[in-house]
Amino acid sequence: MSDTPPGDTVLDVRDLHTHFFLRRGVVKAVDGVSFSLKRGEVLGLVGESGCGKSLTALSLMRLLPKGGARTIKGEVLLGGENILERTPSEMREIRGRRISMVLQDPQTSLNPVFSVGDQLREAIERRRKGASLSEIMKEAVAALRRVEIAAPEQRIGQYPHQMSGGMKQRVVGAIAISGEPEVLIADEPTTALDVTIQLQYLKLLKRLQAENGMAILFITHDFGVVGRMCDRVAVMYAGRIVECGPVKQIFEAPQHPYTRALIASVPKMTGPAGRLTTIEGQPPSLMDLPQGCRFASRCALVEQRCLDAYPASVRVGEEHTADCWRVTPP
Amino acid sequence: MKRFIARRLMQGVVLLFMVATIVFFLGRLTGNPVDLMLPEDATAEDRAQLTQTLGLDGPLSEQFLIFIGKALHGDLGTSIRMKQPAAEAFFDRLPNTLLLIPWALLLGMMLGIPLGVVAALNRGGWLDRAAGTVAVLGVAMPSFWLGVLLIFVFSVELGWLPSSRMGGPQHYILPVITLGTFLVAGFMRITRSAMLEVMESEFVKLARIKGLSETTVIWKHCLRNALIPVLTLWGVFVGNLITGAIVTETVFAWPGIGRLTYEAVIYRDFPLLQAVIILKSILILSINLGVDILYAYVDPRIRLA
Repeated sequence: MSDTPPGDTVLDVRDLHTHFFLRRGVVKAVDGVSFSLKRGEVLGLVGESGCGKSLTALSLMRLLPKGGARTIKGEVLLGGENILERTPSEMREIRGRRISMVLQDPQTSLNPVFSVGDQLREAIERRRKGASLSEIMKEAVAALRRVEIAAPEQRIGQYPHQMSGGMKQRVVGAIAISGEPEVLIADEPTTALDVTIQLQYLKLLKRLQAENGMAILFITHDFGVVGRMCDRVAVMYAGRIVECGPVKQIFEAPQHPYTRALIASVPKMTGPAGRLTTIEGQPPSLMDLPQGCRFASRCALVEQRCLDAYPASVRVGEEHTADCWRVTPP
Repeated sequence: MKRFIARRLMQGVVLLFMVATIVFFLGRLTGNPVDLMLPEDATAEDRAQLTQTLGLDGPLSEQFLIFIGKALHGDLGTSIRMKQPAAEAFFDRLPNTLLLIPWALLLGMMLGIPLGVVAALNRGGWLDRAAGTVAVLGVAMPSFWLGVLLIFVFSVELGWLPSSRMGGPQHYILPVITLGTFLVAGFMRITRSAMLEVMESEFVKLARIKGLSETTVIWKHCLRNALIPVLTLWGVFVGNLITGAIVTETVFAWPGIGRLTYEAVIYRDFPLLQAVIILKSILILSINLGVDILYAYVDPRIRLA
């Protein structure tokens, strides 16, 4: 568990650039992302598919997909040290122990040929070097119990295909946190789950976080989940964070037109049923980004200056920033 | 699992009947064994008498029914040339072939699987291309050519290794290499493609997220999954080895069932040929069934389904 006192910054990402270098050109999938994460905090990272959320997460883990992806600029400060400068073997020590991750699809996240207990054991062993097998297995049972799996003693010997999707995702969660990381990245952990199971899983994550005080970077495209899970939210569009602030402020007074459009497109359960709101147009190609604001081509309030230059980050509240020309400081 | 095995056994019986039919009629196309056994100036009476003794006189359909009837009672006839029950001749020679096959398989896997993993890890690199070249060579070289080449180099020119017949460990080296080269290539290619697929999996990503070492990720998490298609190949290869041993055993004068098959064809020894082919088929069918059962141990999804 982290020694950092609550409220202190555990993860500070500064000006992160991760690009795909392909034969056809450079895809600027993560193009100047900055945010920070405090101990015990849940930060939502929201945006539509392909905006660079997952690649941001993989950049933090330094597990970029094969095929030309490279982090070319920026810093990832974990407890003050830049992990982008660590050697691969030092990075392995950090992974799982200090920063960990839950993947999107529980059906494919577990290795089909090893039992759940085996896969948990591998993660626990790293923290408990020299412990006996029975001690570790006892801990593995406890880890399953912690993620609310019934009859963990029986489940421990089972294989992934014998479990439901929701249960597998709990196991993935147990594996991810078994190293007691300071930071947990959850990359759309409930997207592949049934709606009824989603809420249970979110509650579980919340409880685990309250128990050990880890910080969570919660990646989602669902603003409804943000409201339930997060303290702060960062809205990402075409490789950059366009607005970041406390959830309450963002919901009540979104500043960036993209944030407003996203919130408006969340279906409402109250009021007359109308047509669902959508955002017209398509995000720009990450291979050929405009020099101005990236949302300009879809923005109803576009002006000439939006097309000429990318707007500076404007501080609208104590912790609230937005990248838009029309936003003025209070 | 029991029902699965029962179904496979039923299929096997049908398949065996088809094999028996084909080998019976195809064998007769090679000619008449009487021509080989009697001198050219033999009288028509001599020929007729021998034909009758060998049971080759009646109409073909009648001969076939007699053959099937006896086979169902476990009697596969008597070898014309060796005057010994054909099945007995087969089982006399079988151990010699079985002594060769495990070594060839071992060579194939010991070299092929690691080469496949290395090729997958260096996809597109020079190691991958080098391994690919080895694979193409291994598949492209026919065993009768490779065998003769090996004999020429190591027996004739260098005089290091014996060129034929069974004997001490040094007698095994050349035949095993000849049989195994093809396997190295096959195992390498299947391992490489299976590894490439597995390495992209999400569970491999999770294994890395846990902070496991690259060695554990590749050789444990990836390879165990990649071994499933490798195992399928195993069944095919053992079949190939049993049948493919015909050429290798002939080249190296190895007294196994491969050379026995060759002799049965050359001497038009119909009962022996039929017995050898049917018994080989039974062997291959049992091996394939064995591999299917073995799957269950590698892949728990099958074991518990």
